[in-house]
Amino acid sequence: MNVTYHPLGDQAVLIHFKQEVSQQVLADVQFLKQEIQKEQPVWMFEAVPGYASIAVHYDLSRLLHQENPYQYVVSYLEERAEAAKSGGKPKQRTVKIPVCYGGELGPDIEEVAEHAGLSSEEVIKRHQNGDYTVYMLGFAPGFPYIGGLDPSIAAPRKDNPRAAIPAGSVGIAGEQTGVYSIETPGGWQIIGRTPEKLFDLDREESFLLRAGDKIEFYSITQKEFEEWQR
Amino acid sequence: MIKVMDPGLLSSIQDDGRRGHQESGMIISGVMDTFSLRIANLLVGNEENEAVLELTLTGPTIEFQEDQLISICGADFSAVIDDQPAPLWRPVAVKKGSTLHMKFSKIGCRGVIAVAGGFQVPEVLGSKSTYLRAQIGGFEGRSLEKGDLLKIGKRSAKSEELLRKVAKHPVKWSVSNTYTDKVYNQTALRVIPGKQYQDFTDESKGHLFQQEYKISKQSDRMGFRLDGEKLECSTEGDMLSEGVAFGTIQVPADGQPIVLLADRQTLGGYPKFGQIASVDLPALIQKKPGEGIRFEETTVQEAQALFKEREKEWQELKWMIETKLEGLDA
Repeated sequence: MNVTYHPLGDQAVLIHFKQEVSQQVLADVQFLKQEIQKEQPVWMFEAVPGYASIAVHYDLSRLLHQENPYQYVVSYLEERAEAAKSGGKPKQRTVKIPVCYGGELGPDIEEVAEHAGLSSEEVIKRHQNGDYTVYMLGFAPGFPYIGGLDPSIAAPRKDNPRAAIPAGSVGIAGEQTGVYSIETPGGWQIIGRTPEKLFDLDREESFLLRAGDKIEFYSITQKEFEEWQR
Repeated sequence: MIKVMDPGLLSSIQDDGRRGHQESGMIISGVMDTFSLRIANLLVGNEENEAVLELTLTGPTIEFQEDQLISICGADFSAVIDDQPAPLWRPVAVKKGSTLHMKFSKIGCRGVIAVAGGFQVPEVLGSKSTYLRAQIGGFEGRSLEKGDLLKIGKRSAKSEELLRKVAKHPVKWSVSNTYTDKVYNQTALRVIPGKQYQDFTDESKGHLFQQEYKISKQSDRMGFRLDGEKLECSTEGDMLSEGVAFGTIQVPADGQPIVLLADRQTLGGYPKFGQIASVDLPALIQKKPGEGIRFEETTVQEAQALFKEREKEWQELKWMIETKLEGLDA
C-alpha cells in the first residue's frame, strides 16, 4: 500500500493513494480506514474517505503537549498503514435495494433507453446486472457515489436540472449511478425509485450505506413499492 | 421563551458542529466564528460549545418573555435593549418583556447571542446546529422567521447565580478589546500550502500572496468566493474528490478561489491551493462581502505554534473571566 501524507491545514492530514478510481484502490482505502478507526484516539475527530484518499481530522487542542503535532499524527498513521499491510481484506457488506423502474417514479427511463439504443426493459435488466460498489458518500447526507454501471447504459446529465428530485430516486449521470438520499435539485436521469430510505434520522443507523458496500438493485412493481412504504 | 419579532438577514441556531459523520456525507455546520461562541457561552455560565443564535450582517429583533442572562459577541450590530445601548462581550441581564433590537453590522459580519441555559432544540446526531440546505437540526431545520418562539434550556446552578447577581448589579466590564482586536485585526491571513499547491503556476502563487482579493457577494456559510487575479493550475483533467476542511482554499476552473467554511461539503473536487491557519479563521469570517483580504504563506508547524499560543491566551482569558464572574457582588 503506497501512500503519501500531506497537511490539510493545521487540523487534518490527507492520505493520498494512487490517484485512480479502481477496485484495488477502493479496497486499500477501506482497509486503511478500518484500521485507523479500530482505536479512535481521543484527539482524532474522524477519518473521511474519498475516491483515492482519506482525510483524517484531528483536534489540535488535544495534541498541544506534542513538540510537532502534525508529525505526531503522521507517524501514528504510518504505523496504522504498516499494520494494514500485514494482509487481510476490508469487511464488505452487500446491501439489496428494491427499485420500481420506469413510469412516474422513473420518468427518464425512455430517454436513457433511446440514448443507449436499447429498449426500456433492456436498460432495467442491465441496471440490475451491474457489479456495484459504494466508493464514498457525499454531496448530501447518505448519498452514495456508486461505481460499476454497465457503460452501455451510461447517459449524460439532463440539460435542465430538476428543481426537486424526491428522496429514493435512482439515477444515472455519465457512468455513475446513484440514489438520492434526500429531496434536492439535481440533473441526473431518473430511471426509478426505491422505497428504502438511505437516510433516516428516526432509524438507529441513520445511514443505510457505507463506503465499500456492494449493492444489488432488484426490480419491484409499483404495487410492491406502495406496500413497502406503508 | 424568546419571541422573534424580526429575524434579521440570516439567524440560525449553531453550536460547534456535528462531527463524526462526514464519511456518511453529513456536513459539520456549526458557528462560523468559534472564538465568539466560546466567550459568549463562558460569560453566561454555559458549557463552551452550547448552541447560540448566530446572526449575519443584519441582526434580529427579539422579545424576552422571561428574565434571561445573555451575552452578545462578535460583530457590532448597534444592539439596543429597550432603547438603551447593549454592551458587547459582557453578561447582561434582560427583564421579562424587554426587546433586543439590532441593526446592520457596523463592524464585522457575524455575531452570536448566547442565553444562559442554551437554546432548547433537539440534538440531531449529537449537535444542535442547523444544516440549512438539508433542513436538519437547529430550530425546525431552518433559519429563524418572524413569530418563532424559542425555548430556553434549564439554567445550571452557576448560570442561575450569575443571573441573580447581574440582575441586581449590572456588570460594568467587558472582555478586553486588546484580546479581541488581536484575533479580528489579523491583516494577512496565513496560508498553509495544500496538496495541489505545486501544480499552480509561479505567477498564480505570486498573485495570491501579493494581491488583494475581495469577498464576492456570492458568499455564504458554505464558502466565500473571492474576486481577484486569476489562479491557474496545471492539474490535468478532473481531480478525484477528496476531503476538505474549514478554511480550505480551492480553485475551480474559472480561477477565482473559494474559501470553504462551516457549511462546506464533506468532499471537494477542485485543486486546493492551501488552507487558512485555524487562528486566522475568525478574522476571515468577520469580513463583509466587498471587503478585501490578503494572504501570507506559512507552514503547518508555524500554524500549529500560533494555535498553541492562542490556546494559552484563551486559557488565561478564561481564568480572568471566571475570576471576575466569581467576584460579582451578591
